[in-house]
Amino acid sequence: MAATITAPGAVPADAVGANSPWRVALRRIGRDPGAVLGAIIVVIVAVCALFAPLIVHTDPNAQDLTATLQPPAWLAGGSHAHPLGTDNLGRDLLTRIVWGARISAIVGLAVVAIGGSIGIGLGLLAGYQRGWVDALIARITDVQLAFPLVLLAVAIVAVVGAGLGTVIAAIGLTSWVQYVRVIRAETLSLREREFVAAAVASGATSGRIVLRHLLPNVASAAIVLATFEIARAIVLESSLSFLGLGVPPTTPSWGGMLADGRQYLDTAWWTALFPGLAIMTAVMGVNLLGDGLRDALDPNSR
Amino acid sequence: MLAFLVRRALGALWALAGVAIVVFLILHLSGDPATVMMPPESSAAELAAFRHAEGFDRPLIVQFGSFVLDAAHGDLGLSLRHQQPAMGLALARLPATVLLSAAAMLIVILVGVPAGVASALRPRTAVDYGARVVALIGQSAPTYWIGLMLILLFAVQLGWFPAGGIGDWHNLILPAATLGFFSTAKIMRLTRSAMLDVLAADYLRTARAKGLDAGHVITGHALRNAWLPIVTQLGVELGTLLSGAIITETVFAWPGVGRLAVQAVFERDFPVVEAVVLLAATIFVALNLVVDLLYAVLDPRIRYA
Repeated sequence: MAATITAPGAVPADAVGANSPWRVALRRIGRDPGAVLGAIIVVIVAVCALFAPLIVHTDPNAQDLTATLQPPAWLAGGSHAHPLGTDNLGRDLLTRIVWGARISAIVGLAVVAIGGSIGIGLGLLAGYQRGWVDALIARITDVQLAFPLVLLAVAIVAVVGAGLGTVIAAIGLTSWVQYVRVIRAETLSLREREFVAAAVASGATSGRIVLRHLLPNVASAAIVLATFEIARAIVLESSLSFLGLGVPPTTPSWGGMLADGRQYLDTAWWTALFPGLAIMTAVMGVNLLGDGLRDALDPNSR
Repeated sequence: MLAFLVRRALGALWALAGVAIVVFLILHLSGDPATVMMPPESSAAELAAFRHAEGFDRPLIVQFGSFVLDAAHGDLGLSLRHQQPAMGLALARLPATVLLSAAAMLIVILVGVPAGVASALRPRTAVDYGARVVALIGQSAPTYWIGLMLILLFAVQLGWFPAGGIGDWHNLILPAATLGFFSTAKIMRLTRSAMLDVLAADYLRTARAKGLDAGHVITGHALRNAWLPIVTQLGVELGTLLSGAIITETVFAWPGVGRLAVQAVFERDFPVVEAVVLLAATIFVALNLVVDLLYAVLDPRIRYA
């Protein structure tokens, strides 16, 4: 019985049907042009990341030293073989941008998986247990907040060594703080609600209350946060790659492409323009979707 | 109020101690600090001599004790590359970073707040949509790419400003605009929503109804009530600016703390990296403390038990 007792307004874990809160939210998103645009962009990036070899047929590392720094196809000297032009090694920019979506998607999702599970776990624990557990987690959070995040990520990568795994770990381990604050506050107010009291009265264990009753109710806040954290992770990864502390130079990544293009600003601006546009568009899509999700899931916010 | 002050100050001290612990652990638990700091081609004898000279052959807990004692005095050892005190190197670079951050902050305030107000006063007009699109770009584009594009447009194409380095105010414009872009977008969005909240309030309708002129209603009534969250966020953004300076300084070859940190990372000059991290954390924590206190002073409704 315990699992089906919910207070008005609380989301039951197994809510289904036409008027479940999730369906309502989905309908709201469908009516929000910004969110729809964001969703379309996110889908395009996801398709590029998943099916890069099927979309572009050239090898992202194929060099053509007879066609270096070639301008985009619509400019004098450009060719349709390279619609967005080539870089200093004659590699096709469009191909590398499509492949670059893969690194951004992997980093974005992995960072959310790491940061989200740590942050949501600690937030639930702090909010539900309160007392010294809450105080301890608050102290750890204070320390994390005292670090300038970019500097911490740079320091971790510097000591451990650059690479995809290090980048994910460095960004993931700096992203949990945001979740703790929000999830803790939500949990603190939720645990005073009748449905939690009912679960306690019916003999549910703490673990069951947290996982079956509290977790589903903080899910919407967590999803909104996770969306914005994906955007932040994509920007931070590209920044690390730009500094030369990210993925190896042979792996096509948007930040790495910009680091290469930076040296040719005065002669081949396209090498610095297009990868940046790709990052900006992808991040904007995720942000727009996040704004839409927040508005749809929390009617009180603007 | 005094109890709140003491509690917050103690919390700040703890946060700094925690930062020192994390910095120490990152360097010592990731492997042998001697192999991290010394050139890869060093011989075993050289490594052993380095370990002994730097005290890395002592027990970890002893090393930590002396690290904390020295760090509390601002002594983080000598830069491995420059053979000068690491903290001194970081402090020498601080004025350039403060100048850049202050200039960026000026842009954030002078552009972000008025744009947010204009956007809120004319919702769903060209002004509103234009400001919101620029804000969306500012929040989505990576800082360093904004910097590259500004260099491309204003330095390479138009030749109005230099592409990097330090000198007179010409050198300051592009890096400050780059660094401030993200925060300007954030402040603009916040100002807009805070103003929209206030503009819908009853007392504002009363102010208009009794015939006050529109300018007075906005500056005297609306902004006065909307500015609290804005001022608080400006304090937070100051921290964001200092952190973002790492990237901006690298793009514009601006000789500040951030560029020093990136150089030190590439030169494996870990005493300097530690010094910069601790210096930045100290500034961060102090800023947060000031923002908290400012908040309490600015809003008489807030009482700290």
